[in-house]
Amino acid sequence: MPTRLVRLTLIALLLLLVVGGAAPAFGAGEAIKGRLRATFEEDRTPVEGVTIDVSQDGQPIGSAVSAEDGTWLVPVPGAGTYQVELDVSTLPDGVGLTDPERVILPAVEVGEGQEKTVIFRLGPGASSPVSTYQRVGSLTVLGLKLGAVIALSAIGLSLVFQVTGLVNFAHAEMVTLGAISAYLFHGSPVGPKWPLAVAAIFAVAIGAAFGFVQEKALWKPLRMRQTSLIAMMVVSIGLSFAMRNLFLIIFNGEPRAFPDFSGQSPIVVLGIPMVPKHLFTIFAAAVILGGLGLFLSKSRSGTALRAVSDNKDLAESSGIDVNKIIALTWVLAGGLAATGGVFFGLTETVQWDMGFRLLLLIFAAVVLGGLGTTYGVIAGAMVVGLAVELSTLFIPNELKTAVGLIVLIIMLLVRPQGLLGTKDRIG
Amino acid sequence: MDWIGILTDGALATVGPLTAAYALSAVGLNLQFGYGGLLNFGHVAFMMVGAYGTAITVDLGGSLWLGIVVGILAAVLLGFLLGLPTLRLRADYLAIATIAVAEALRLIIRSTWAAPFTNGVFGIQGFADEFFALNPFPTAKLYGFGSFIVTGRKLWVMIVSWIVVLLVTLLVRRIISSPWGRALKAIREDEDAASALGKNPFMFKLQVLMLGGAMAGLAGILIGIEQQNVTPDGYLPKVTFILYVIVILGGAGTIWGPILGAVVFQFLFFTIDSFMVDSQAHVGWVNDLLSPSDAGQLKLVFVGIGLMLLMIFRPQGLLGDREETLIDER
Amino acid sequence: MSAEIHDRFAEATPGSTKPDAVLVADKVSRSFGGVHAVDVDHLEVQRHTVTSLIGPNGAGKTTLFNLLTGFDKPDTGSWSLDGVDLSSQSPHEIARAGMVRTFQLTRTLSRLSVLDNMLVGAKGNPGERLKGAFLGGWRSTEDQNIERAHDLLDRFSLAQVTNDFAGSLSGGQRKLLEMARALMVEPTIVMLDEPMAGVNPALTQSLLGHITSLRDEGLTVVFVEHDMDVIQEISDWVVVLAEGKIISEGTPDDISHDPEVIDAYLGKHHGEAAS
Repeated sequence: MPTRLVRLTLIALLLLLVVGGAAPAFGAGEAIKGRLRATFEEDRTPVEGVTIDVSQDGQPIGSAVSAEDGTWLVPVPGAGTYQVELDVSTLPDGVGLTDPERVILPAVEVGEGQEKTVIFRLGPGASSPVSTYQRVGSLTVLGLKLGAVIALSAIGLSLVFQVTGLVNFAHAEMVTLGAISAYLFHGSPVGPKWPLAVAAIFAVAIGAAFGFVQEKALWKPLRMRQTSLIAMMVVSIGLSFAMRNLFLIIFNGEPRAFPDFSGQSPIVVLGIPMVPKHLFTIFAAAVILGGLGLFLSKSRSGTALRAVSDNKDLAESSGIDVNKIIALTWVLAGGLAATGGVFFGLTETVQWDMGFRLLLLIFAAVVLGGLGTTYGVIAGAMVVGLAVELSTLFIPNELKTAVGLIVLIIMLLVRPQGLLGTKDRIG
Repeated sequence: MDWIGILTDGALATVGPLTAAYALSAVGLNLQFGYGGLLNFGHVAFMMVGAYGTAITVDLGGSLWLGIVVGILAAVLLGFLLGLPTLRLRADYLAIATIAVAEALRLIIRSTWAAPFTNGVFGIQGFADEFFALNPFPTAKLYGFGSFIVTGRKLWVMIVSWIVVLLVTLLVRRIISSPWGRALKAIREDEDAASALGKNPFMFKLQVLMLGGAMAGLAGILIGIEQQNVTPDGYLPKVTFILYVIVILGGAGTIWGPILGAVVFQFLFFTIDSFMVDSQAHVGWVNDLLSPSDAGQLKLVFVGIGLMLLMIFRPQGLLGDREETLIDER
Repeated sequence: MSAEIHDRFAEATPGSTKPDAVLVADKVSRSFGGVHAVDVDHLEVQRHTVTSLIGPNGAGKTTLFNLLTGFDKPDTGSWSLDGVDLSSQSPHEIARAGMVRTFQLTRTLSRLSVLDNMLVGAKGNPGERLKGAFLGGWRSTEDQNIERAHDLLDRFSLAQVTNDFAGSLSGGQRKLLEMARALMVEPTIVMLDEPMAGVNPALTQSLLGHITSLRDEGLTVVFVEHDMDVIQEISDWVVVLAEGKIISEGTPDDISHDPEVIDAYLGKHHGEAAS
């Protein structure tokens, strides 16, 4: 079904190109095109039915399927830098990329009015055809990895909600802050170029410090003034918006990868190709979240934190310093969000609005698990991660984020308290 | 520095159709947030759905007038579908659901999958010819004085847009001063107390979400008509945030607040814009420090900071009653 | 009035039947995490009486109130007002059916004027529907409601603050406003949740006066209280809850001599359960 629709689109777009005069805002017909031919010894055979995806700043622009003669064309909205990716799973049997590293062309410059030609070199099957088992397997790994990133990032949001009642929209920017800090220490040409592990530790420290400063400079004074939660939520929206655009000024719109780990080649486990850094992310998230669980259930501060989230007044009267616990929660939230950001940057790319894009999936996870239930949120994150990635078995890649959000809406319809929530939390 | 030029640019943008459309959308948001207490963080989706409803209808061969009706109905339907699962839940669920739905809808509209209808990232163009056919002013003729001039085309859109804003605001005033409006405010103040007095909070909130949505839908249609163009990336979440700034700046829960907020906001926004462009042209160090695109983003940083400061230090906005707002902080 | 009850021989046993019962509840139960907060087998409230619901802290009084008025959903049970089934109805439907409640912590609509607070209580105004709000034609009903509101405000000594924001009232005035507002709904039965909590002695007397005058006008009043002394004065009938169950019923006189009640208040159960 998707192929047919894609083709229909292509036809529609081509038609639009032909009658382009009728569409004033259409620009001068910029496009990215190419011709896929596989070289076998001397022969050059056109390759049909291969999907090419074009995106810009992480947002999909369009895709095309190569025609009988191997040609393909994706119109783009204007001059600029685009990312072009060949979907290897659509390559016919026995055909593969000559250089597997060049499956993504990260920066294709298209000039004003230009139809830019790009080349993917194909040859005899470097990669064997992908079986359904392999596809489901590798998507499952991707889903668990995404779930791990969401869980790490979402826990902080949920903890802050538990102790203060605030749904903090600026949590997204704490995720971005972590990733950008790590990039500046590790990958930036002007930075110290530390190893990623060291850079990550500094990034997490910055995130935790920022959480603390935010609480002391903004949220605590607002609580003291008896500001309503709704007003505070609007304040957090303003903070989120200001920070996000500040990141854009400092960091530009370009997505960047951590140099040490970009283009890692997959290893094969149980016949399924997996990228080591994805496996590491899943493992690290399990360790960190396990540690957090221990902290919450065993340590004195953790117990106090849970007491405050159950009943603030009762906790206060039993001698817990509530403001100290709230500050601790913000430190945890900032540190965990930064950790999530580092892993998000490691497994995808670092970009100014990455946190905001993730925020919507964080919300989905939090609603799915039950707002304010620590373990529910982890379960919710995993379900959302898997749903998003596995959905690409049936629907186009560019809609996978929408799937996460649709899961959220369905959950609100059928079980608003979430998987592990109780009913009286929502009314 | 060309101060007169800077101020004229600001003033021209302020009276322009875009300000009118933002004012209209803000009137809808104010009805939901200011009077109904609903945290709708996906307001931009109503505008998008309205504009696309119109554009797609015309694209499929319908008339523009039918398209406008379809666009408004689509926005009302969105309010209904969004409200049904979320309005019985606590306020933050609505906030989460609305922003998520707005982004999901935008992703779907811009996808190649929906492109046979929506034309993906390229959007739909040239669907408002019927509107401009009615323009009594010669399209290319210039109206105004000094450097404060607009084309006949723009003047036509401006006049129609501001009339719509005025009519809708009068309508809002009528229903807010009725017992319906009083019950709505009661529900905003305390949902349990209102239901203990026999008011159905769900029904009122659903009505207000749909009604405010219709206004945003109409605002989206006005923008679409003016630009003869709808593209999904014109409906980013930042539009919603700007609308919140407008509503709170003018005074949430006041009749004329959204209009005043839109006018003041747009004047500041475009004057600063024009000021930055001017200083980049004339002041060397500004140009070294900020690229033109940086300057645009810096403005958005100010929008965010402005929203925070307003909410903290002047939550009643320009028109709100200080005393009334303080009661809330009790 | 209490004499009347004796004349009609309502039995002073838990769950007893009453002549002319206006509110009848059966098998109403609600548990939180395995603890039975409310487990009422049968309860009848007689028309034109002041019936008080007492019990130690955590006895389930407020929970029972929340259940009967639709603010909480019971696990089991049904109840009816004047023969009309109210179980599984929403709070606003129950209010419209004639059972109106107040809250333990007063719930004034702060940013509405005192008069508007009253007018919100009025039912059946066509201007309260969106269609009516657009089309108009609600003025005459509104004027009648305003007149009624002024009368009630006079009676509850709130006339001088009619146009103030309700949020600017003192605690005592808020209690009075909440009671007056409940009357705007024209209820059959008024459910008052600890109306005397946190109120100074002078105001307590005035509130007690208002409560008895409501009964004398033909309303039925049920109120929750944990202070036994308050109840003695004005109650016609007393229902005692402990650990979610009705342990005793009777006239204030019966109750003050019931060993079970004394036990519940002072004995081994006291302070154990928390709601």
